Order: sequence, then structure tokens, then C-alpha cells
Amino acid sequence: MKALKILTSVYALAVYGFIFLPVAVLVLFSFQASLFPVPPFTGPSLRWYEAVLGDRSLTAGLVNSVLVATVSSLVAVALGFLSAYGFARFRLPGSGLLRALVTAPLMVSYLIIGMGLLILFNAVGLPKSLLAAGIGHAVINLPLCFAIVYSQMGDHQLNAERAARDLGARSRHVLVLILVPMLWPALFASFFLAMTFSWDEFVIAFLLTRFETTLPVEIWGLLRSGLNPRTNAVGSLVFGVSIVLVLILELVVFRKRRP
Amino acid sequence: MTEPLVEIQSVSHSFGPHRVLEAISLDIAPASYTVLLGPSGSGKTTLLNILGGFLTPSEGRVLIEGTDCTALAPARRPTTTVFQDYALFPHMTVGANVAFGLRMRGVGRGERRRRALETLEIVGLDHVETRKPHELSGGQRQRVALARALVVEPALLLLDEPLGALDLKLRRQMQDELKAIQKRVGTVFVHVTHDQEEAMALADLCVVMSEGHIEDMGPPERVYRRPRTRFTATFMGESTILPAGAVACPGLDPAASLVAIRPESIGLGDAPPSHVALGSGTVTDLVFQGGFKRASVTDPADPGRVYTVRVPVTQPLAEGDTVALHCSPDEIIPLKE
Amino acid sequence: MTSRRTIERWRPWAYVGPALVWTVAFFILPFLVMAWVSLTVHGTGETLSAANYAQFVHNESYWRALVNSLEVTAIVTVVSILLAYPFAWFLAEIVPERWQRLGLMLAVLPFWTSYVVRSYSWLLVLAENGVVNNALTGIGLLSDPVQMANTRFATVTGFVHFFVMLLTLTIFANLKQLSPSYRKAAADLGANGVQIFRHVILPLTLPGIMVGAFLTFVLAIGDYITPQILGGNNELLMPQLIMMQIGRRGDFPLASALALILMAVVTLAYFACARWLRIERA
Repeated sequence: MKALKILTSVYALAVYGFIFLPVAVLVLFSFQASLFPVPPFTGPSLRWYEAVLGDRSLTAGLVNSVLVATVSSLVAVALGFLSAYGFARFRLPGSGLLRALVTAPLMVSYLIIGMGLLILFNAVGLPKSLLAAGIGHAVINLPLCFAIVYSQMGDHQLNAERAARDLGARSRHVLVLILVPMLWPALFASFFLAMTFSWDEFVIAFLLTRFETTLPVEIWGLLRSGLNPRTNAVGSLVFGVSIVLVLILELVVFRKRRP
Repeated sequence: MTEPLVEIQSVSHSFGPHRVLEAISLDIAPASYTVLLGPSGSGKTTLLNILGGFLTPSEGRVLIEGTDCTALAPARRPTTTVFQDYALFPHMTVGANVAFGLRMRGVGRGERRRRALETLEIVGLDHVETRKPHELSGGQRQRVALARALVVEPALLLLDEPLGALDLKLRRQMQDELKAIQKRVGTVFVHVTHDQEEAMALADLCVVMSEGHIEDMGPPERVYRRPRTRFTATFMGESTILPAGAVACPGLDPAASLVAIRPESIGLGDAPPSHVALGSGTVTDLVFQGGFKRASVTDPADPGRVYTVRVPVTQPLAEGDTVALHCSPDEIIPLKE
Repeated sequence: MTSRRTIERWRPWAYVGPALVWTVAFFILPFLVMAWVSLTVHGTGETLSAANYAQFVHNESYWRALVNSLEVTAIVTVVSILLAYPFAWFLAEIVPERWQRLGLMLAVLPFWTSYVVRSYSWLLVLAENGVVNNALTGIGLLSDPVQMANTRFATVTGFVHFFVMLLTLTIFANLKQLSPSYRKAAADLGANGVQIFRHVILPLTLPGIMVGAFLTFVLAIGDYITPQILGGNNELLMPQLIMMQIGRRGDFPLASALALILMAVVTLAYFACARWLRIERA
């Protein structure tokens, strides 16, 4: 038994190595001093970070990404929350079918969703833009937000709602003052997840934007020039920012559980 | 007495700094039904796990059929366990579940099935052989778990609060069945419970445990009628506990500092000639319990002294009444503590 | 008089309405439009023609793309499961309880890079003058650098990298929620470690594996980025083929037809796995 444990541990170490390999190489060669992000390592140098931070289109892409992610996620959460409430609290004809409809996009490749929207927008004359990409992102994130909030709507909230109504609250009060605070973790989780998916999403943004575009699409453009330390720098920056954000999340949100 | 099947020799166990069993010594006779009775935290489940091999005791030895099994893994010792949540394998049929132990012992398919069906028949469930556990009721699952443990013919069968999840009527029925099955197969059963009625119904040997110690052990009738310690007197049924000096009972063991009197031993009214007067008090509580009423009688001079008395339903008694109490000197139980 | 009751009857629709309208407008409608467009022919005004589908069947490089996609996805799924299971086992069974979350987080950490960037990183690693080739020629295992990038191998590696992580998470969750009683009971009845795994743990984690496998299949077969960056243009997979029609040639009808064919394949896979995907009652 012991031998098996050792074997599995060695294996696990190898897997960790495999998992970290590309990212380690990425970050290492972002500090490359010479022109090519391949061995030998001639560094460390910050020249590529300077280049990236000074690159207008990259910083614009970053801002656009945040914008599109935030707005589309808010839309997805709002729609998901309202529909979760509607399905959970009321008897609707064909409820099962309608719910399946709302969650259907989860099963479809982003490429196909993006394509469909591209064709539709072409047909109605909506130009490629951040707005178009935002709509696409809301489409892919709505099912997720709906599913998360819907799964959290149980008897717990129902009793609180009943108590509130008993004390005279109108529907909008119930929603805003009772339900939203009670569902706060689910709402936050779905917003955060939607932001994550939108922020990193490439295909839909690629198909639906043209001049003003999101960060992943800008990075894709960088790839045209082959192996370039600039890409390393951008990638490492994005990585670093993500880690910091998650650390903050850990400390702020999960700290509450400690005492 | 014949050779004990199981010898527990001075077994102690700690979880970290927390001592859960203290020098437990116990012999279990062949073909007997032993019940480990106690509240949660008494160490009874820990002792069962030690017997089953899921724990190795910090100190002491466990001998089964004369062999030192103290550090032996569960698979290697002649014991099987019926778990509290039954732990039936959800993806296997009842038949496959019951035959599992045989399969692990290398028994061939035809033979396995035959023996599994035999054992299922003993528990009355041969007709559900092809069903899955989730299709069965709680009581049926319990019996399948029992069959699975019995089919491998262990020397020792361990039951960890097996009837806890069943309703009262079903529990009583299962108690009868367990007793009957044990007598029929002759395997030694060791059964853990916190339910004293269950212990009294099933045990040949009743072991009362509290906080890692054995408080008392013996046939249930003796343990009930002559509990050795205060804990036993109050855990196994109810008692009124009095300081020894408070009752004028000649022939009482001078070493006893406390005495216990069972509620059914106390009579109301003046003491007849052979009985001892216990004093009088006010009825402070009267609860209807079906076949009798439970009265609490408090001594007005000493409000800490409350007698628990069993009163016939037809007795005209009400809260606030003053009554005299008496009992036979034979029913005054001296306690060790 | 009817106004209050009407409001009450329409109230629920006010809540679910917006989401439904959104889904119909931006998900269902595009599909319908795509289906319509797939029946037109690029360049001519023809409608209601199955020409695009016929083209798919007759043009070898087109249905080859589908076959390639299926092959690659199948390989990726199997390899990822085989690699992930022992890793998930390690995290769930061997790592002490309080380090497990950290272990998981560490395993997930590298995936907080952008997806595009991560695929690019594999390109870096597998390039002719990249880290792996350098290491292998350095130790002397190879005399000349071997082409690893822009091959099917690179695409598979890129996919496996991601899906091992995903499957580790799902298998880990599955292992954790198995009641320890099952293991105790099996051990009690005489099973050794291998037997416990074979008869109890593996069958009980199988549904979880199937769900993970299905997820892997759906995500991988529709992915454009990884094959495009790592697989190069020697061997095309379906998403690349579809993108080609949109980009260079602007042939939306053909692209739509190809997309619907891909969707059909995924739907078939769904029905094949349907019994595993149903939620089983405990």
C-alpha cells in the first residue's frame, strides 16, 4: 500500500509539472531581454512590459474587455435572477420546457452562437461592435446565472417572503429588500463567473467586433507576429491580475467564515 | 464457564489528548448476545470499532477465538459489522451485496448465489434478490445489511446502532427478529445502543458504559433490579436516589453511601408492617404514560429530594396532594458510589 | 373587473419574460436564420437548396474535418480521463484534508491565464527552438529538434492540458461525496485496496466520469482556438473549417450548414450519454 502511495505522489508531482509548464515558460520568457521568447534565457528585462503597457491598442482592449464583461454580466445576472424568481415562485405552463430553453445555450459551442448572431446582425443591419459582442456574452452567461440562482431558491426564502408579505410588503419591496440580500452569495457567484467567462472569451468577440475590440482579440492579433515576448508580457500581466483578484476574493469573502 | 469467544483485556484508547476508553476488560461467551449500552460519548462505539478492527487501541489486547487480533485489519479478522447507515452498495443488487463477502473470499458464482439466497431466506428477503437497495424500505435494507454480514459466517457479528433509523413499531419487530436470528445461527452478536429498552429485550449480557468506563455488567434483569452504580440506576430505567442514612433499612450494606429505589417499588399511603416508611411529600407533577402515571413527590422540608413514583391509572391522585410513601426493604438498592 | 386578475395572471410572465425574450431573440432566432441561410447557396440567389450539405458529403476535405474532430476529441477525452483520475485520487485520498483545497487551487491556478495566451504558451513550449526541444537535444535524447508544434500532437496536448484540470475537479468532487461507509463495509467483508476500488469506488464514480467525458466532448469539438494555434493548417478540424468559410470566403451558407452538422453530432452524443446525464436518486 505504501508503495502505491509513493507512486501516486510522484505521479501527482509530474502532473503538477505538466500543468505549470506552459505558464512557467510564459512568465519566464516575458522577462526575456532578447527578441525571441525561446531558450536561452537572456534576462531579466522589463522591456516587453514597458512595450505592452505603452501599447495603445492593448490598453484599449483591456478597458473594452472590462466594459463588455461588466455590462453583459449585469444583464445576465438581472435576467437570470428575475426568471429564476418567476420559475421558482409561480406555476407556469410548460415550465420544464421553458427552463430547458433558457439553459440550452450551455450545450452549444460559442463558435456557433457567435456565428448565428453574426448572420442575424448582418441581416438586420447591426454593425460589428462591442455592443454586439456584449449581447453575445450575455447569451452565453444567462443560462449559468439562471441555473445558479434558481438552485438557491428554496423554502428558506419562501418563508421569509411570506413573512414580508404578511407584514404588508409589496412585490418590489419583497424582491429588493428581502430576496436580493438573501440571495446575495448566489448573485455574486453568478456575476463573478459571468465576468470570468466574458473577460476571457475570444470567439464571439472575434466574430462580432471590428475596430474596437476586447483584450483576447487584441492578443490574437499579436499572435500574427509569431513568437513574441510582447505576448508573454501581456499574458503574464493578465495572469498576475487574475491571481491578485482571486487572492482579494479569498481574503475578503472567505475571511468571513473564519471566526 | 466455557472458553470465552472474545476477551477484551484492559483496552484503553485516546483520540489525541482525549481519553475515550479506560482499561476496559470484558469476556464474551460463545453463542451469546451482548449489548453495549450507554449515552453518546460513553465509548461504546469506539469499543465496537476496536472489536471490528477499524481502530487499534492505544493500550490493551483483544483476543478472538484465542488469537490476538488487536492490530489485525477488519478484512483479516473473523468479524463483520452491520453499519448504522447500512452502507449497502447502491450500484449492486441485493443478491450481489449479500454475496460480496463470499466473492472476496474467492467463492464461485453458483455457490455464492446459493449461500446468499440461503441467508436472505433467514432474514425473510429471498424474494428481493434482484432489486437495488434504493428500491427497498428502511427495515428491508437493515435486514439485507444483516444478511450480508452473516453470510460469511463470522465468529463475531458487530451491530452499530442498527435500529436507530426505524420507527418504534418496526424497531420492536426487528428486535424480536434479531434475537431469533442470533439464536438460530449461534453467532456471537455484539450490539451497540443507547436505548435501554432495546438492551433489556435483546441482551444475554448487558454492559452499561459511561465516559469510557464499564459501570455495570450482567444479565439485564440483574442489572435492572440490582444496579451497582448510580449511573446505572438512573440510565437503565428511572430511580429515586437517596442518601443511605435517609432510609431506616436494617441490614443495609454499611459500605453504601447512596441507595436507589425503582418507581414501581414505591407505594402510596401508610407503610404496611413489613415495609419501610420513606416519609411524605407533595405531588408536584403527575404525567399520564398510558399504562400508568408518573408522579413526582417532593419533600417540603427538603425540596431537593424528589421521589419518582409509578402510580396506577385508577389511583385518585392530583397535583398538590400530600401522600405518604413506603417500600419493601428488599427493593432498596445499595449503590457503590 | 378583469384588470386585477389579468395582472395576476400575467405577473409571472413579467419575471420570466425578459429572459425568454432574450433567449429567443439572440439564441433561437439566430439558429433559425442560420438554418435558413444554410439552405441558400453563396454567390447565387438560390434558396431551399441542399447544395451546401451535398458539398459536405462529397468534398473529402470537408468530411475529413469532421472525422479529424471526432478522432481528436475522442483521444483527448480518453487521455484526459486516464491522466486525471489518479491525480484526483491523489488530491482526495492521499493529501491530508486541510491541504486539499490548496492542492486544488494550485492545480487550477495556471488556468487563470487567458485561454488564447495559454494555447500560445504551448506553442512556445513545443516550438522547434522551444523549451522541450532544447531540453531533449541538450540531454542528447534527440540529435535534431523534432517538429511538435503545428501537429495533431500539439492540439491534443493543448486540449489535454485544460481538460485534465476540468476532469480532476469533477472526479475529485465525486470521490469526496462518496460515503466512507462503503469503503469500511467492503474492507470489513474482506476486500483489499484494489478490490475496493474495482468493485465499489470505480462503479460509483463512473456516472461522474461520464458527465465529465460528455462535457469534454462538447467543449473540445467546438473549440476553435486550440487547434488553430497549435494544430496549424496541415490538418483542419471542424471549427477551423467553419471559420475559414466565414473569414476568407464569406460563404455564410456553407458555414451555417457545417455549423448545423456539428450541432447535430453534439446532439447525437447527448442522446447517447443521456442515461448518465439524468440525475440519479440517491
